[in-house]
Amino acid sequence: MKLKKNIATSENGFIFNPSTGDSFSSNPIAAEILGLMKAGKTSPEIKQQLLENYEVEETQLERDWEDWTLQLKDANLLEQ
Amino acid sequence: MLNKATDKPLVIGVTALNAVDSPGPGVAVIRALRDGLGDNIRIIGLSYESLEPGVYLHNLVDKTYQIPYPSAGAEALVERLQYIHDKEDIDLIIPNFDAELYNFIKVSAQLRMIGIHTFLPTHEALEARDKINLAKFGKKHNMYVPQDKVIHKADDLKKAAEELDYPLVVKGKYYEAYVCQNLELAQKAFYQLSAKWGTPIIVQKLIKGTEINIAALGDGNGNCISIIPMRKLYITDKGKAWAGITIEDADLLDLARQFTKATNWRGGFELEIMRDASGKLYIMEVNPRFPAWIYLTAGAGQNQPAALVKMAMGETIEPFTEYQVGKMFIRYAWDHITDVNEFQQLSAFGEL
Repeated sequence: MKLKKNIATSENGFIFNPSTGDSFSSNPIAAEILGLMKAGKTSPEIKQQLLENYEVEETQLERDWEDWTLQLKDANLLEQ
Repeated sequence: MLNKATDKPLVIGVTALNAVDSPGPGVAVIRALRDGLGDNIRIIGLSYESLEPGVYLHNLVDKTYQIPYPSAGAEALVERLQYIHDKEDIDLIIPNFDAELYNFIKVSAQLRMIGIHTFLPTHEALEARDKINLAKFGKKHNMYVPQDKVIHKADDLKKAAEELDYPLVVKGKYYEAYVCQNLELAQKAFYQLSAKWGTPIIVQKLIKGTEINIAALGDGNGNCISIIPMRKLYITDKGKAWAGITIEDADLLDLARQFTKATNWRGGFELEIMRDASGKLYIMEVNPRFPAWIYLTAGAGQNQPAALVKMAMGETIEPFTEYQVGKMFIRYAWDHITDVNEFQQLSAFGEL
């Protein structure tokens, strides 16, 4: 799962898609994940980091990750 | 470089000073010219009505003259422009209303003879992008244009609807359109639009998607000098963009180039695009002049009005290659205070 190359993100969680003009705001964890995705980390690597840094069960994380992926797809932010 | 040896300011006539809720582009064009061409320009407003707001914005418009409505004909236009030219020594006129373009193109050679430049498309190009001909144009040049039927009688609506299916868009010859879900609504729209704008009426297949507009500038030789695509962020009840943002998309740039090449368009134009769910880019309309949001092109790094002036005055302009993506405009309304004397001056003498 890769973010489109031209998607702009800021540290405070603002996301801008220059191809469509769409913009989104995100919470701090989403901003952190986006930062990791932009840095080229893979999904397993990001999930591992989240498990290490936050108090979350793996099953819960998997459910949330699925939801996150759907949101990114709906927002047209992922590479096809 | 643009000015004559006498250092006379470059005198530019601009129409469409009606900066109202459905604004004409004139005021935005003037702002771009003042940004791009420096102090040594003099702007002559050319107005049709006494309450066009731009007339009273003296920081933008140096002097305004009323001109006859397009229905008065080309001869009346030339006569009035000759009078204004005798007083102002105009170098160039940028007309910004669809309805006045036919006459301005018709008299452009005459104007050039007296020293006034223009930078306009040909009548053929103007006709080709007319709503009535647009579907045919799209077919000929392999561009997506919604399927349509041009009708003259309300009785033809039923047959058109059978072919196009509901919902469909019933469009006036010049302005306005209604989305109709059934025959009754389509008939109502037909009568309203034909009473206001005459016939024919265009019945078009509805395309759902994202509205995108492109402001572009052609050099008249098939080259596109500037292209700025903009996504509408806030749309008024009249369908006008009240806020928008520049976007980046190679397909949009290609489409503008394709249109320019097909028409050898000379001057500014706007493509109104609908991108459907599959990503197809439909040309909904082509406006044969700069749009009201043209100042965004200056903000994004491609000042199209300034480039047009340079080309009209004989400079060769290389096509722009870059612009700032994510540059936004947010329109606003404010109350400009003036005195009744000014209104009276323009109303009574046709000059201010």
